[in-house]
Formats: sequence, C-alpha cells, structure tokens
Amino acid sequence: MTQRITLSRRSFLAGTAAAGGLSLGLALPGAAQNATGSTPELNAWVVINPDNTVVVRVAKIEMGQGTLTGLAQLVAEELECDWDTVTWSYPTPGENVARDRIWGSFGTFGSQGIRTSQQMVREGGAAARLMLLQAAANRWGVDVDEVTVAKGIITGPDGATLTYGDVASEAATLDVPAEVTLKDPSEWTVAGTSVLRLDTADKLDGSRKFAIDLTQPGMMLGAVKQTPVLGGKIVSFDADAVTGMPGVQKVVQIGEDTVVVVANTWWRAKTALDALPIEWDLGENATFGMADLEAMLNEGLTANDGFVGNEAGDVEAALDGAAQVVEAVYHYPSQHHATMEPMNAMALVTDDSCEVWVATQNAETDLAVAAETSGLEIPQCDIHRINLGGGFGRRASSSDYTVIAVRVGMEMKGTPVKVIWSREEDSTHGTYHPTTKARMRGALDADGNLTGMHIRISGQSIFAGLMPFALEDGMDPLTFQGLQAESTEGEFGYTVPNLLVDHAMRNPPLRPGFWRGVNNNQNAFYLECFMDELADAAGKDPLEFRRGLMQDHPLHLAVLEKVAEGIGWDTPAPEGRFRGLCQHMGYGSYVAAAAEVSVDDRGNLTIHKIVAATDPGHVVNPQQIEAQIEGSFAYGLSAGLLSQVTIEEGQVQEENFDTYPIVSMWEMPEVESHLIPSGGFWGGVGEPTIFVATPAVMNAVYRATGKRVRELPLNKHDLSPT
Amino acid sequence: MQTLTVNGNNLEVDAEPDTPLLWVLREQLGLTGTKYGCGVAACGACTVHIDGAPVRSCQVQLQDVRPDETITTIEGLSADRSHPIQQAWLELDVPQCGYCQSGQIMAAAAFLEDYPDPTDEDIKAGMTNLCRCGTYNRIKAGIKRAAELS
Repeated sequence: MTQRITLSRRSFLAGTAAAGGLSLGLALPGAAQNATGSTPELNAWVVINPDNTVVVRVAKIEMGQGTLTGLAQLVAEELECDWDTVTWSYPTPGENVARDRIWGSFGTFGSQGIRTSQQMVREGGAAARLMLLQAAANRWGVDVDEVTVAKGIITGPDGATLTYGDVASEAATLDVPAEVTLKDPSEWTVAGTSVLRLDTADKLDGSRKFAIDLTQPGMMLGAVKQTPVLGGKIVSFDADAVTGMPGVQKVVQIGEDTVVVVANTWWRAKTALDALPIEWDLGENATFGMADLEAMLNEGLTANDGFVGNEAGDVEAALDGAAQVVEAVYHYPSQHHATMEPMNAMALVTDDSCEVWVATQNAETDLAVAAETSGLEIPQCDIHRINLGGGFGRRASSSDYTVIAVRVGMEMKGTPVKVIWSREEDSTHGTYHPTTKARMRGALDADGNLTGMHIRISGQSIFAGLMPFALEDGMDPLTFQGLQAESTEGEFGYTVPNLLVDHAMRNPPLRPGFWRGVNNNQNAFYLECFMDELADAAGKDPLEFRRGLMQDHPLHLAVLEKVAEGIGWDTPAPEGRFRGLCQHMGYGSYVAAAAEVSVDDRGNLTIHKIVAATDPGHVVNPQQIEAQIEGSFAYGLSAGLLSQVTIEEGQVQEENFDTYPIVSMWEMPEVESHLIPSGGFWGGVGEPTIFVATPAVMNAVYRATGKRVRELPLNKHDLSPT
Repeated sequence: MQTLTVNGNNLEVDAEPDTPLLWVLREQLGLTGTKYGCGVAACGACTVHIDGAPVRSCQVQLQDVRPDETITTIEGLSADRSHPIQQAWLELDVPQCGYCQSGQIMAAAAFLEDYPDPTDEDIKAGMTNLCRCGTYNRIKAGIKRAAELS
C-alpha cells in the first residue's frame, strides 16, 4: 500500500528550527502492519530545509560508537544529497509513541545500531529521493526518468537545475513510491567511506552539553545515596542535621533504600549528604564476601542442575573413552561499566506532566518508567534524549537514574531537579558484568583429535537479576552467547562431535547488567584459552588445532587466518616476544585477534601489538569501525588486565578509579585492524572485538611465561620467573 | 566573594572557600566544559590550566587559588577551535563519546608546550588522563599531528 504523506507540526517543529522547513514522512510499502492493517510499524524520516540542509532523524542514540554518523551515511547514500549538508536530530520517545512507533525501537545496545535499522533508513533515503525527483519532473512537465540528481542538485532534460530544498514542499504532497530499489553496496560513494563524524566539533571546545551539564532556570541539584548492601534499608536519618547547611533545600527519602539531598548546587548537596547521619538495616546480604562467592561458584561447577545451552552426541561417553582428558577451571570477575560521565538525570514534574532529560540507551524504557513512577499517562510524559558520556550497557540495564530523578521531581513539583551520582555511588551501585566460573573438560583421542568437550558454566544470570520475565523455564539463554549452535548473537565456531554446554545458575547479591560484549566476553575467554590448552595437550600448533575443527565454519576461520597472517604466525616472533591468537563470533560479526607480547624478568607485561580482524558483513564507515576496534581493546583489556569488582560484607569495595584501574595510555597496545566484509549479512562492530582481546593476550602470556592465567584480571598474578 | 581570572575575565564567585575549583567552574561560572569524572585526581576529566600548567581542578579548593593566578578552561583554550590540538582532534576524529576530551585536550595542549616534538614514549608517560571509550591511539596520533601543525 502507499500512504499519503502528512505534515506533522509537532515533528516539524522538533526537527528543524528553520521556519518553512519540511518534514517528509515516509510510510513505506512492505512495512509490517499492525492488526488493523492501517498503521505502518516502521518508517524513516528525512527533513529537508529550504537551505538544502538535510536533517536525518536518528532513532538510535550516540554514545561514542559512531552510529548516528553511520546511519546518516546510509540515508545520504540513497538520498543522493550532498554529504556536507547533512545534520541530525533526535525524535523523542513521546513522539514515537504518539505516532505509533513510526521510528521503531530506540534501543541502542547489542551492537544493533546499524544492523537492525540499515534497511529502514536506506529505504527512507531512497523513497525521499524518488519523491523529490518526481516533484522536479512535475514542475518541469517531464517524465521522472528524464531527470537526474547528484549531491542534491536535480538536473532536467534541458539542463535546468533545482535543488532538493526548492522542491521539498511539493514532494511532500506526492504519494510514497510503491517500491524502492536500494543500491548495491558496490555502488556506494558516501556509505562505505571514512567520512568524519557529524558530532565532533562541539566536543573540542566544551560546548557539547552532556546531560550532567544541562541547566534550567530555577534548577535544583540532588546528590544521591543508596543502600550500601543490596537489599538494605534505611532505618532513619537526621535531616535536621543538614537542613541549615549552605544551599540545602530538602532531604528526600525514596523508597526504602535511597536518600537524596537537594541543594542549589550539586557540590553543596553532596557536602550535606556526606554529613547526613543515616542509620541502615543492611539486611541479610551484609555478611556476603568473596569467600562466599567463591564457594557459591565452585559448588555450581559440579552440581546437577545445569540448564543445557548446546548439546551434541554423548559427551560423557567421549570423556570416558578418551585417550587424554584435559580439565581446567576458569573465572571471570564482576566488572563495572565505569562510564566517564557518572549516572545522572534531570526531571521536571508537574501535576499533569513529567519531562526527563537523560543519557539513556533506551529512552522508550525511560518513558515507561517516567509514566509509571509519576503516575501520569504516557502522553503526559516525555524523555529528552541527550548524547551519552559513555554507555557500555550501563545505561541500558536499569533506568534507576530516571526513577530517582522523577521521584525527587514529584517532591518538588514545578522545579527542575537534576540528580547526579558521585563517582563512588555510581561505582558501588552499578549493574555489573556477571561473574561466572567455567569447568572445561576436553576429550582427546590418541591422535590428538578433540572428540568431546563439556563446558560447565557456574554463576550469574543477567536475566535473573534484571528481567526475570525473560527467563525461559528458569533458563537464561543469554548465558550461552558465543557457545550456541546457531545464533546471530554468538555462534560456536567449532565442530565437536560430542558437546555439552550447560549452566548452573548461581546469583550472588550483586546487581548484574549488560556490560559491553556481555556474556561473549567470558565465554570467549574460557573457550579460546582452553582451545590453546587442548592444542598443547594434543601436541599441535594452536592455529592448526583450531583449523581442524573449523572446516564447517568458514567465516569464523577466515578472520582467524587473517590475524595469523597479519601477526606473521608462520614466522618466528622477534627475540623475546611471544604470540597468541583466538577467534569468536557475536552480534552478527566474526572477529579474531592475535597478540604479540613480552614479559620482562620482573613479570611486567608489554603488549607490543594486537592484530584484529572483523567480518561485519558490510562496512559503513571504516575509520569509525577501526575506532571501535581500538576502543574495544581498551575496554576488554581493562577487564583482562586490571579491573575487578569485589564484594565484602555485602558492599562493593571498588569506589573509584584509584581502586578500579582501567587501561590508560600506558597499557594501550598498538592495534592493526583488518576489515574483511564478506557481504550477505549485517553484523555489529561496537562490541565484538572485546571478546577476543583477553584470550589473545592470555594465550601469548602463556607462551611467554608458561603460566596459564585462568582467573582475571591478570594483575592478580605474578608473571615473574619462579 | 572571591575574584577569579578565568579565560581572561575577572569573575566574582560566591561559594564556600573549600569548594573544589571544578565545581566553582561548573556551577558558579557555568563553564561546564570542564568535566566531573572521579573527584580524586585519577581520571583527569577536570583538567584546566593554572598559569599555563595542567591542573586537576577537582583537587584545588577555591581558597587555594591566588589572586594573581590565571585559569584557562577548555572554553578559553582558543577562539574558534583553532588550537593545534583542537585542529588535529577534528582532523583525526579523535573523540568518541567526548566526555573526557575537554580534559584530554587541556592535558595535551600543556604537554605539547613541554614536548613540542614528542615521541611515543613521551606521550605514553606524559598523558595520564583516562578515556573509557579507548581513544588513546588517536590521542597519540593527534598530539603528533598537532606538533606538525604548531
């Protein structure tokens, strides 16, 4: 079907500040229909101003990963506009709801930004182009086939020209084309190229306003303190002790476990909060420590209650009949996201409205949360989406910041209140990377062939902690990322005739969350380090051993071969240097890494180089993918080398970067990135290379030292010769 | 009331004397380009220049700023983003999320004064600001490019 384009005053006003601008609504044929058959579920949006600037409306959110530039490239490619005229804007989730979710999902996680919306935005660009050309043809009274366009300049048969801005308003009255034909990626001239980001300039002079920077007339600031122990409660606090302090306006208790001091500056609010006497009932988790966690995870390694995530053949029979059984236990600790911008949100609540300004990876969730928290209807609420000072999954795991800002706003109706977490509160109230252990068992025959493998995962489930409704008969399928037989989100890359991957769920009192890379991180560490252990036991080269198991997984193998070639696997490493490699697949993309390291006689590790390969199917912006790959190694190696969240007496111990070290310039290796898109699918790039950072380095560390690091981070271990 | 010289302007500040300069800049003066990251001098997001030297402003109390000292924030580093560090950052697409970049740029600008022709090792030793997105390799390349532009 085709649908008449309508001008929406609201989106028009939101989309452009230029009077006389035009909003092209593109309801595309073939889009999924709802039950009544009247409302398209997906649309793309292009706004063209009279001055020819093109505003690409972006449903996803930018947090550094470059998605908004990539999406704009895809729109511009099909639109045939001048890239230099492209700008962007964000619709709000309230607008999305009011328009039957015309923009689809705002959720920005799982490396989905490009891969789940590329079709929609390309169709949007193509449909807009056809309508603009038709409008020009109509004006000239010629057939549309007689007009051409390049960089937003339409040329008629007699050489006359019109700009997109000239005909945009006429185009808006035309029918949406019944169908559009998208360019083959081989024809791309804007997409697929390393254009610079659209959002850099104001990050260079301090003018970019992050959510933490926003101000409003009359704004008040809140400093927050939450129970130090999960499940703890406030017994009492003495607000009178701080109400006379400079700037203090109010002390607000939220629920049973949170206090917010509101003042006219955040520093004054925090100063008063630090002075506020609070008596806590810390509850039943107040004795829990790392020894308890260790015992909990160890028990699960051999328990009988495993959920099965992948199974083939008879693994116990294979182990019983093996010439050699290799066994090892690995451990991946809890990790904090540690976004550089601490959690914060600003809310303005009145009797009949609730607005929130927040850096969030999924503003539709925040909208629902704002409505539920305020008791208002969704049309009375809206979320203003602000680019994130880092997300990494923290701002997709819990909307706690929105809940608390709205709750404070409800206590101070008509006053905008911005609540900011101190770094210490942020660090100790995260949604942490789940901690698990894995008992790995491999069966080798007399020729060193892998005939069976059992991976028993013991530990934490994100779904159980964050969203139990997503469990499937108690099982968390996300636990098996990268170890499943068939999944675009993480597929096992080896053929093992007898295989069992199962999970004994053990949930310590730490709130889990989606941490960039998610469960692929530990699963790749377990599997790819153990593969090296198996290769050693089989007396085979780690690459050759893997090759033998990967013949049915050519895309997994291709990236591995690429990094082997890049690091020079077939030639000796320079004197004193040692190499390791690995591969993994997740979020639609195939990735591999090879590391070259040395360890000095005091045990200090130097990572000289990492060669990375990514097959994301299609490449939209090579230099931005390279930036993601480099960044993913910084993030992944932070967990591999330096960082862990520990818990004692129920309380997270690492409060700040002095006790939660992350990779700095000092540790950052050189990264050589190879992009080898094979076409035919669309994979993500924000996360996948995180998976391979740690196993590649740990495999190299083993070659350098003979020490197999099975518990992260590396800095717990002494690598000096013993 | 205390008077500060910030980006060439003499500004009166009404804040408690023990307020960190970071929060004076952000909340009393509205200069939000200087970022709060850790509050313990670990991350460098709050880096400003005092008399040209890079300082983590979360560790400087208002009362410790002497009347003759001049403070430069990211907003005052240059007009029109023309400092070589800013030019190089733009040319190489250094920032990702951008939150730490004010501090990185202020640290890099001061570093470049001391090391006009830096080696990789100089940069590794001299640039200690944290970036969670992991822009370090582009920061390194950006500093070298800025050295060429200077």
